[in-house]
Amino acid sequence: MRTEFKLRASFRAFTDHAATALAVLSTLLVVTPLVVIFGYLIFKGFSSLNFAFFTKVPVPVGETGGGMANAIVGSAVLLGLASLIGIPLGIGGGIYLAEFGRGTKMAYAIRFTADVLNGVPSIVMGLAAFSLVVVPQGHFSAMAGGVALGIMMVPTVCRTTEEMLLMVPHAIREAALGLGVPNWRSVLSITVKTASPGIITGCMLAFARVAGETAPLLFTALGNQFWSTSLNEPIAALPLQIYVYALSPYDDWHRLAWAGALVLIVLIVLSVSLVRYVTSRGVLKGNS
Amino acid sequence: MPEIRLSQPKPQSEPPPPAGKNTTEASKVSPSAIRKFLLSRGNSAMADRSFQYLMSLCAFSIFGIVILIFVELIGRSQMAWNEFHFKFFYKIYVDSFSHSFLFWDPVNSHFSALPFIYGTLVSSFLALALAVPLAVGVAVFLTEMCPGILRGPLAFLTELLAAIPSIVYGLWAMYVLVPLLREHVNPLLISSLGWTGFFTDDNPTGLGFVAAAIILAIMILPIISSLTREVMTAVPHSQREAVLALGATRWEMIRMGVLRNARIGIVGGIILGLGRALGETMAVTMVIGNSPEIHKSLLSNGSSMAAVIANEFAEATSDMHRSALIEIGLALFIVTVIVNALARLLVWAVTRGAPADAH
Repeated sequence: MRTEFKLRASFRAFTDHAATALAVLSTLLVVTPLVVIFGYLIFKGFSSLNFAFFTKVPVPVGETGGGMANAIVGSAVLLGLASLIGIPLGIGGGIYLAEFGRGTKMAYAIRFTADVLNGVPSIVMGLAAFSLVVVPQGHFSAMAGGVALGIMMVPTVCRTTEEMLLMVPHAIREAALGLGVPNWRSVLSITVKTASPGIITGCMLAFARVAGETAPLLFTALGNQFWSTSLNEPIAALPLQIYVYALSPYDDWHRLAWAGALVLIVLIVLSVSLVRYVTSRGVLKGNS
Repeated sequence: MPEIRLSQPKPQSEPPPPAGKNTTEASKVSPSAIRKFLLSRGNSAMADRSFQYLMSLCAFSIFGIVILIFVELIGRSQMAWNEFHFKFFYKIYVDSFSHSFLFWDPVNSHFSALPFIYGTLVSSFLALALAVPLAVGVAVFLTEMCPGILRGPLAFLTELLAAIPSIVYGLWAMYVLVPLLREHVNPLLISSLGWTGFFTDDNPTGLGFVAAAIILAIMILPIISSLTREVMTAVPHSQREAVLALGATRWEMIRMGVLRNARIGIVGGIILGLGRALGETMAVTMVIGNSPEIHKSLLSNGSSMAAVIANEFAEATSDMHRSALIEIGLALFIVTVIVNALARLLVWAVTRGAPADAH
């Protein structure tokens, strides 16, 4: 009886240790690829990053050198266009969810749809933008790429705006309304203004997410080897250029692809860190 | 409507200099100062209402977007649908010369989505099999075992994994993972597990389902682990304390007190990861090999629904080809919408209490 009990106890202790070891092991296994990817990216990217990368346009096949200036500018144009579409719609939707539709069935439905839309594959967004813009226009264009990216921004911006607005204490709204401020004014200059650091970081998060998107641009913006900023023509974009260069058989282009990937990652890591800083330090909490 | 009047005595409420002017106004029974002030500011009912309508319009645009995508995709895939109907998804052509199976040959107008559906399912479920145990392990470690100092940075690192764009994963997989698989892992798999028939030595490139599944697993891991973490922290502390008070070890506490309570939410997280894996495009396109064939071997080349759209759409040879690709996109859209809706409902059911309130 006694030995049986002891055996059981040691078996249980063993299972406990084994489970702990497995959990630690899996954490190590998850962190490893991240460290490896980052290490390799920094190693490869830094060695090929130079001044020409930011100032020159791509050179023809066979020549060495050249940069991705047109892709960087193209990405900026596309992202600007996407922000023009996605940010107002998203913030407006977030204001509705937090201020007007709170607790209603309609708000639940919208929140649910936004979450589902967030999970729709980016390539499908590209197909939709193709049918909406490219087919009526008759040619690939920066406009179509901007629409595809803009649609993708809406759900993310909407949900973060809502979350940030919900964190604003009720007393502030009541104080504004008590002073006789019209509701729209109270929402815009009191509630939204209080939540603005959070909303801005939410927009940056959405921005960073679409900045790295390649799939929706493949058959909307198409890519361009030359300098172009026109909204009516195909335009180059950083992720597209990385894709084309990565699949090419030339070492010099691979080098540029790694440098491009490093630039993209630095941009994204910076904005994600900022978001984390704002949400964890509680910039909003200072107001309550 | 009654007039708003100053309740205080006039001499006190008004400054001395314009006193004379005000008494003359009051004698003409004009609106009081406050009323005039309010009227001069205009009526805000109109502005308030239009503001609310404007904001609702923005919110409803989300419905609009989903419906628009759906309608557009249905419209543009009409041609392929009229030609093949449901056969599009399971048709198998047989080559008249070699008598081998043929699925996708746009030039000879052979269209069948079967190899792409197969590729998507195989790579996604293989990725889930790799990612789920690891993700749950990470979540358990972070919520129950991790010392406080490590928790923040580790959670941040796994979040960072989610923020890396898929093109960067694809680049890394192409130049680091695939050579690694080709040189070291695949020979090992072939020699040790070759007898099962799932690992045959007929593809020397290193590309294929295994490479796609590994990179997909790395990509969906943070989604599953962060959601698992969320539902695990939502489990009340009293549950843990009750199990511990009965003399359970830590692992028994986690198994009985936490994982059992959080299991619906964890399943939701896994389904959400599945949704992401099904639609993932760039990284898969770069490493899956892109050949529309069906092989039993996991080391052989394949293709996926998203990959074939990414590869062929911009250079589609005919209207039918384009229409068939859009139909694949439509199928992908419907499947991911269903998968995501299911996952959201499950996660909400756990984190917000009653599932009936979820919609």
